[in-house]
Amino acid sequence: MSYRLQEQPFEWIDRSKTVNIEVEGRPMRGFEGDTISSTMLANGVIHMGRSFKYHRIRGPFTFANHDINALFENADKTHVRGDVELAEDGLKLKGANTIGGIAKDKFRHLSLLSRFLVVGFYYKGLFKPRFLRPFYERIIRESAGLGKVDLNWRGGRKSKRYGFCDVLVIGAGPAGMAAAKAAAESGAQVMLVDENAQIGGSLDYQYANDASVADTRSELKEAVLNNENIEVHTSSVAVGWYTDNWMPINTPNGIIKVRAEQVVMATGLFEQPSIFHKNDVPGVMMASAAQRMIARYAIKPCEVAAMVVANEDGYRAALDLLKAGVKINAIADLEDHEDRGDLAKQVKAQGVQIYDHHGIYEVEGKDRVTSATLCPLNASGELDTSRKTTVPCDGVMMSVGWAPATHMLFQCKADIKYDATIGQFRAQSLPEGMFAAGRVNGVFDIKDQIADGAGAGQQAAAAAKGESADVQRPEPTKVRQSHEYPIFSHPKAKNFLDYDEDIQLKDYINAAKEGFDNIELIKRFSTNGMGPSQGKHSNMNGIRILAKHTGKSIDETGSTTARPMFHPTPVGHLGGRRFRAERVTPMQESHVAHKAVFMEAGAWLRPEYYDTEATRTESIHAEVNAVRTGLGIIDVSTLGKIEVFGPDAPEVMDRICTMRMSNMKIGMTRYALVVDEAGVITDDGVVVRYADDHFYYTTTTGSSDPAFRTLQKQILEWGLKAEAVNRTGQLQAMNLAGPLARQKLAPLTDIDLSEEAFPYLAARTGTMYGKPVTLARVGFVGELGYEIHCLSGDAAEIWDNLLRDCADAGIRPFGVEAQRLLRLEKGHVIVTQDTDGLTNPYEAGMPWAVHMKKDFFIGKRSLEILKPLQARKLMGFMFPESYSGGTPKECHLLIKDGELNGRITSVSYSPTFNRYLGLAYVDDMNANVGDAVNVRLDDGALVEAELVSLPFYDPEGKRQTCDVDGTEEKVA
Amino acid sequence: MPYRLLKYAFKNPEELGDPRYFDQPEKLKSSYDVVIIGGGGHGLACAYYLARDFGITNVAVLEQGYVGGGNTGRNTTIVRSNYLTPEGVKFYDESLKLYLDLSDDLDINLMYSTRGHFTLAHSDSAMRTSRWRAETNKHLGIDSEVVDRQFIKNEVPYLDLDCGGTHPIMGALYHGPGAVARHDAVAWGYGRAANVRGVEIHQKTQVTGIKTNDDGTKVVGVETNRGFVQAGKVISMVAGSSPRITSMVGLKTPIEIFPLQACVTEPVKPFMDTIIVSGSLHCYVSQSSRGEMVMGASADPQELHSTRSSFDFVEGLTDQMMDLLPFTGGLRLMRQWAGMCDMTPDFAPIMGKTPIDNFYLDGGWGTWGFKATPVSGKTMAYTVANDKVHDLIKPFGLDRFDTYKLVGEKGAASVGH
Repeated sequence: MSYRLQEQPFEWIDRSKTVNIEVEGRPMRGFEGDTISSTMLANGVIHMGRSFKYHRIRGPFTFANHDINALFENADKTHVRGDVELAEDGLKLKGANTIGGIAKDKFRHLSLLSRFLVVGFYYKGLFKPRFLRPFYERIIRESAGLGKVDLNWRGGRKSKRYGFCDVLVIGAGPAGMAAAKAAAESGAQVMLVDENAQIGGSLDYQYANDASVADTRSELKEAVLNNENIEVHTSSVAVGWYTDNWMPINTPNGIIKVRAEQVVMATGLFEQPSIFHKNDVPGVMMASAAQRMIARYAIKPCEVAAMVVANEDGYRAALDLLKAGVKINAIADLEDHEDRGDLAKQVKAQGVQIYDHHGIYEVEGKDRVTSATLCPLNASGELDTSRKTTVPCDGVMMSVGWAPATHMLFQCKADIKYDATIGQFRAQSLPEGMFAAGRVNGVFDIKDQIADGAGAGQQAAAAAKGESADVQRPEPTKVRQSHEYPIFSHPKAKNFLDYDEDIQLKDYINAAKEGFDNIELIKRFSTNGMGPSQGKHSNMNGIRILAKHTGKSIDETGSTTARPMFHPTPVGHLGGRRFRAERVTPMQESHVAHKAVFMEAGAWLRPEYYDTEATRTESIHAEVNAVRTGLGIIDVSTLGKIEVFGPDAPEVMDRICTMRMSNMKIGMTRYALVVDEAGVITDDGVVVRYADDHFYYTTTTGSSDPAFRTLQKQILEWGLKAEAVNRTGQLQAMNLAGPLARQKLAPLTDIDLSEEAFPYLAARTGTMYGKPVTLARVGFVGELGYEIHCLSGDAAEIWDNLLRDCADAGIRPFGVEAQRLLRLEKGHVIVTQDTDGLTNPYEAGMPWAVHMKKDFFIGKRSLEILKPLQARKLMGFMFPESYSGGTPKECHLLIKDGELNGRITSVSYSPTFNRYLGLAYVDDMNANVGDAVNVRLDDGALVEAELVSLPFYDPEGKRQTCDVDGTEEKVA
Repeated sequence: MPYRLLKYAFKNPEELGDPRYFDQPEKLKSSYDVVIIGGGGHGLACAYYLARDFGITNVAVLEQGYVGGGNTGRNTTIVRSNYLTPEGVKFYDESLKLYLDLSDDLDINLMYSTRGHFTLAHSDSAMRTSRWRAETNKHLGIDSEVVDRQFIKNEVPYLDLDCGGTHPIMGALYHGPGAVARHDAVAWGYGRAANVRGVEIHQKTQVTGIKTNDDGTKVVGVETNRGFVQAGKVISMVAGSSPRITSMVGLKTPIEIFPLQACVTEPVKPFMDTIIVSGSLHCYVSQSSRGEMVMGASADPQELHSTRSSFDFVEGLTDQMMDLLPFTGGLRLMRQWAGMCDMTPDFAPIMGKTPIDNFYLDGGWGTWGFKATPVSGKTMAYTVANDKVHDLIKPFGLDRFDTYKLVGEKGAASVGH
């Protein structure tokens, strides 16, 4: 049996192009423009899938992008919406949430057990006795979820882009098109977005046969599609409304992010079902779904219909059905058709039997509806089941009311109230930059909708220019469009409120009786509206039921919160193109040439070590030995490099750092320790003073941005006359270190390196190889050393030249690991490794770095309090040279009498001392150098180490001041 | 078919005589022995233990919205005890143990499910923190260990250990007892159990002021949108609204409010049995009993007293998630939401007595309130009933911010904050 009709005036299918798809092995033929569901219907198949909880067979229902019981999957994707996703040639699909296919689903008889699967059954049972809990959990988990994920899926990322417009119009129905047209004609740049494949909205399916709008339709479409100031996006959904009209639009090609100056919400409505026994049997559908089938896909929804209506739209749908050749056996009007106007009369005139003040009580049919039973409504709005009229039919169309698509109006905090005249929620007032038009705004008459849209478009365009337009907008309709309670109980239930979650009327009412009589609570307990359609066809009826049950008004009952996403949005689209910044220094080529093994340090790639020896350890030790005995060079370009200028620069530096910086001599450096307001160490580096009002300040690699942010914020907050500039990317740095440093460097620079002219901790500017440089004598690795700071463009050349010119001294580039070892031997801390979220300078063994005599610095007050509270201290420890047990690791604990007594923060095997040595916090202020501590290793073994004084290496600091073994004399 | 479900099959709830979850008393009484501000998990748990363990039943729980509507219903339902400090570990481990028996205690299936909890490490420093936590945990008897890539690969084969090529996973902290539970049910179960013991639960009842004696040293009652009630003792258990309550009595705390956001995908057939956290990538994920993938990220970078959602949150989260779990690109995100986290400087809660007599505080929960629900209810009930701070929560007193005896849980945060 084919359902395909003759050509329809606005159909979306191209009959000249056929497509072939396969659903569960069955080949089907459709036309280009057909959706999966319409193709199936054209091939006589109405069974679209299985429901979530009871696995009931379901057919097409809304054709409006929330047919959650028509979800399909294939090898590439799941949750494919049959009602709207195109039938692409060659597509092979199967139903989601079935075992063994839609027809023969293993759980197809689960419905018989529905009596036992009461609302919240998984809270009430399935946990006793306790030993069965894992078994029950497995059952619950097996039945959870809809589609199946293929863990081998890859991809799905689509680039995002920014969109720009003055006026963003959501919804391209009559009101939206009119809004876009009017706004564009007022000079605004307009973006028009619609989730459907084509613009037109209800004009093309509800009003397809209304001759009075024929001219308006072509005029609007023409204007919208040909106006160069209107950018149209179809098959595109606004993901949600975010602060300041930040509106991402999900298109088939990825997300467009729009900061809309003005927004017109012309989002329309979702038709709502009537609740009666077996209102889910295939063939029962929304009247608007039937109209979409006919108008868009030329699909005849059924042969013989029964209808339940409560508005004029129902009769409009009836006329469309009649025109499509459908026989209507009965229309149950919940009120009086005489009040519906001309359309109802036309329907009656065609001989259709109309039952006033009737509702549908139940339908029959297993695989498809076979009959509908109508009962009269009594004065209290309930059905009188003693008087039944049963009519045969293979389709039941419901047109009893609507729920406006107010989601994004709720999100932007519009004042939304229930309008009892119309029977729907409506925004009473809107925030600035937001307009609503058309039926979402309560305006139903088609000509009014268009006028309302045009008015909103004009107002939005004016507002975008900072003006206001004096526009008379149509009043909302005064005719009820949505019935107050199209909801009927039935002793056999199966009267579904929510089709995503298989919630029956009694489930919901029982939930209320059990104490969940609050709209948010009942949602969570009954799961109404928690499925993929997020209540689009169930929230409104849910509110009505709860309001009636509690005797409260709709407004008192309220609605659940409408959060993004408006429609489920692909993760790949949200994440967008993968972009990971990776920073390398200008010396990268040299590092690679020298066989560097890289490690990631935030966004930076840094040489961890150079793979020159047989093993990693040997390579690192060779680098250490080079620095200790000859010459090494490390690329420290990743350090943060910030300059601070201005008359108040000394004051700024004093307040930022724990040490006094304002008394530093020009041309000197000082260790910079930074703590937060709680006195916790956050950063360290070196400060150079270039001039009275000019400092240069290095931070740790990870702190460059936060340190700069803090500086900027504090300078503003303090109102000081100073400026900070982050030069991290502009300047590069390398540290040339080792006893031969001065000897080899001296001939390469015009700076006088003699001890008198350039003492330890001094900084000098000059040139090397003709390039401007700053040299700073610092001692992080514990040898004579010069940090060379230069412009980025010169760095690689200086580095390469140094390696060449110092080759005779055996210079080796060294990496981060060797530097960590060298500084450890010297007892220097690494912030964040040897400090934690609470470490203050006293605990870290750096009381000398805190100048309490300053009036103020960040953290001073806290440090005053913390000083006497010190309960742990960072100490050095060594393993015996003879030790041969398991490897001690960072964060192994110190144990004393079975209790925690501290933690190792740094530990390494030192090639200089031929043993393990490291730093550890000892939770004992009485601990002394020479004491033994116990370290617990991975395997639980306790091994003994000895606390030793720091630094391990060169305690007198002679090597940094270069008073070393005669190498000094060789320097001129 | 379990017997327990049979009885529901043929009768309506009222015929069964089951207690309603929460009665809706028409009026507030003029006076209560204890007023608990906040009808979330903590408030209801505290009410339950006050009634059960101490026979204190003249108690009102005042909730401005609906039961469990704050962070109880907004968190990502993870329960674990692999904290960093001994104080934290002992406290959360007690909570985890209480959770294990809670379905039976409250006669409601909390769907408590032990899943195993991975905290992935993508850097040396993350590996160090993992080891620190593992060593401390093991010392205190908690099942927690540092595992290598091979272990992770065996347990979670669908994880991309190379993370798309940047910041590959080096290892992880694995915590076997890590679990998930149905968060709403925790509040409902406690609410019903407190209710049947005589506690009154008043929803849509907002506290608008707190009355003290003349010199402000002692609390005597609370003003609400439904009138004044006298209170022998008042407990603030309002998480993200803590500053609003404490300011009513002029009490200063270092709490700052940051939004924390989360989201879920459409429900898909369960495939994921573990809980995965990546601090470096700022994301965590588990799969709910409904089949949704529940995902979260770091708290928002700025203070804000709002539950608005932001788009950059889902952009950042999904981007990172596809690095960890490359197949998620084909899923659809269904819903996002936010809660308000009451963060403290040391990332540990503030619990116990305050300088104001009869006023007790349970706040500063940041992102860990859900896992602490049972133990915080129990220890706060003890503290209030005896006017003596329970041993387990002594380290969490408000005065530690004056005395600088901070707890230092920052390193145990799932993701950066």
